[in-house]
Amino acid sequence: MNGIALIEYLIVGIMVISAILAVEWKDLLAAAVGMAAVSLFASLLFFMLQAPDVAMTEAAIGAALSAAIFIFAIKRTQRFETEEDEKPGWWVRW
Amino acid sequence: MISVYYFGSISLILIGLYAVLVKRNVLKMLIGISIMETGVNLLLISIGYVSGKSAPILSEGIGPSQAVDPIPQALVLTAIVIGVATTAMALSVAVILYEKYGTLNVEEIRRLRG
Repeated sequence: MNGIALIEYLIVGIMVISAILAVEWKDLLAAAVGMAAVSLFASLLFFMLQAPDVAMTEAAIGAALSAAIFIFAIKRTQRFETEEDEKPGWWVRW
Repeated sequence: MISVYYFGSISLILIGLYAVLVKRNVLKMLIGISIMETGVNLLLISIGYVSGKSAPILSEGIGPSQAVDPIPQALVLTAIVIGVATTAMALSVAVILYEKYGTLNVEEIRRLRG
């Protein structure tokens, strides 16, 4: 395994871990930061896949603008998810 | 070596789908939708990649035979813009929902609707 492949495996691993953390964090501000990290590592992968224009657009829109509008929306609503224990059989009520 | 991109993008799509199906907060579901569309864009770009070729920009030593497929890149460039417009509209709807109902829990909103 050469160095480029090792870097690719590392970036994909960090991207998947930050996606899981962005979904699982109860603090929505931290979750928005995790989503921005997913977009940042995805833009690095776009650059390694020889698509520099898509990488620039993803870095500008995904990592900056999308996180900014999420932060504005969190500012006008509530920051934390309401702590509610996972009751068994929640799918019955849907 | 290309299969790690397929693994990562399909993992992102499945994580976003889990967030949309299981989480109760509206903003958390919108974060799941954003992660899912990032995964779809990464999958489309990695389909068009040819190993060992360079970016499709016509310059000195690069001809049309040494470049990767440019069509998925134009397609993804459109999809990113559509995705951020959809996210902005859904976030404004979420803010209006919070002002009307005082909560972001989807079960609470469904019950209060009556």
